[in-house]
Amino acid sequence: MADKAPTRRMVAAGLAAMPFAVQAQPMPSSAAEVNRSRSSESYADAERALLAGRTPIAAGITLDVPKLSENGNSVDVLIKVDSAMTREDHVRAIHILSEQNPFPRVATFNLTARAGRAEVATRIRLATTQNIVVLAETSRGAVHRAEQEVIVILGACVDGG
Amino acid sequence: MRAGAALLACCWAATAFAGEVRAPRAFLSPELQALQDDPARHPGWLWVEQGEALWRAAPPDPGKQTCAGCHGDITGMSGVAARYPSVASDGALLNLELRIERCRTEQQGASAFGDESEALLSLTAAIAARSRGQPVNVRIDGPAAARLAEGRRLYSLRQGQLNLSCQQCHEENVGKRLRGDIISHGVGTGYPAYRLEWNGLGSLHRRLRACSLGVRAVQAPFASPDYLALELFLADKARGLAVEAPGIRR
Amino acid sequence: MADITARVTMPTSARKGEIIDIKVLVRHAMDRAVDAQGLKPSPRRIIHSFRASYAGEEIFRMDLSSGIASNPFISFTTVATETGVIAFEWLEDGGAVYSRAATLVVT
Repeated sequence: MADKAPTRRMVAAGLAAMPFAVQAQPMPSSAAEVNRSRSSESYADAERALLAGRTPIAAGITLDVPKLSENGNSVDVLIKVDSAMTREDHVRAIHILSEQNPFPRVATFNLTARAGRAEVATRIRLATTQNIVVLAETSRGAVHRAEQEVIVILGACVDGG
Repeated sequence: MRAGAALLACCWAATAFAGEVRAPRAFLSPELQALQDDPARHPGWLWVEQGEALWRAAPPDPGKQTCAGCHGDITGMSGVAARYPSVASDGALLNLELRIERCRTEQQGASAFGDESEALLSLTAAIAARSRGQPVNVRIDGPAAARLAEGRRLYSLRQGQLNLSCQQCHEENVGKRLRGDIISHGVGTGYPAYRLEWNGLGSLHRRLRACSLGVRAVQAPFASPDYLALELFLADKARGLAVEAPGIRR
Repeated sequence: MADITARVTMPTSARKGEIIDIKVLVRHAMDRAVDAQGLKPSPRRIIHSFRASYAGEEIFRMDLSSGIASNPFISFTTVATETGVIAFEWLEDGGAVYSRAATLVVT
């Protein structure tokens, strides 16, 4: 990665070009960007880049996250997208975005029709109470969107562990 | 609906003050209970996996046996963790971690893994997992009696700048909230446990050190006589409850 | 190369056309980068990608960030098409790749 790390200027240029790209770069990859403690890209910029000019459909995604998270270190996220998952029409990417984390792009899942179902799960970190946003891109170019607020509860018995 | 909730709250309070010790899992959210029950998602099983590999791994001295060489398959460890801590033949009170370290240094002629090392946590988790669901049943007679009494004394001893005893939280205020935490009966049946706060597996003594810090008391070292006596007292308090290790804790 | 502790949970056999669940866990701290003033800077060290292939063809890929919890858990599905090896790769910052494989028997 370090051998051909683009400069920050190149990254910025790349992001600026994204709204017109067919498929957006899912994750920042330059060493300069990932080795910061906070992204140079805002949440709004990240969502705009992934939408690439498309208007998202506010339906079709079941986003299962706890309304109250007991610890921001580990928050279960289960995503199901309504899709026949055929070769002609399937979900090809599912993005998790965070409004308040240091890096807005949390994860991207890349699927093919071979998945059978558009259903993925992982565990994420939440810096604080915020909205989780999920975008699902289909092979036909549509984007579905869902969001859910997660309240991160603070415990009393912490030991800096 | 409201009456039902009130009745439930009433029962909750009654249970809390009746002196009946509830399993730690009863204080977990349904989500964390489900996680604790699902080895496919439970990150603590990564340590179990590593511990099972260590069980079969050759010790540094090729002339010595593996754990499996003496004890057979790890399935034979079923029920063992439910009997710890336990007094050894030389009179020392050993928890499962110390029993493993003793086996390693005396039988395998190797250096100890070290307190809270990944290897020791892994082996402890792998062995303890074999007792999951079995009732805690420690011996408190004979040489254990004096250590149990010491543990009971420590449990009710006010400590630290907050001048709190274990008992004040874990007997007198069970079921109440401390910020987002619900105060449990404080028994250690889930340890070693994967604590979300730690992002990893840790021992009961690590948890006790966190408690000591919480009341602004001096933290005793891992495997100290005080924490061992307390561990025995907690195991006696948990008598009959199921081993939950490796547990999931907040 | 150093190994890593990983767990793969999936069925060992399935009927042709059946959708199977695959769940994977890997032991990794997912260390965030440190660059704040007054702190010793350290680079990010995370699992940044995960790939799964089935009989040689990629079926699933995930890009991870430092916003993924320690000891990453990933769950996904695939259609059982033929008896073959499902191979898993975790790619770490710095270039290390850790892999596991499991065989799915399709009847």
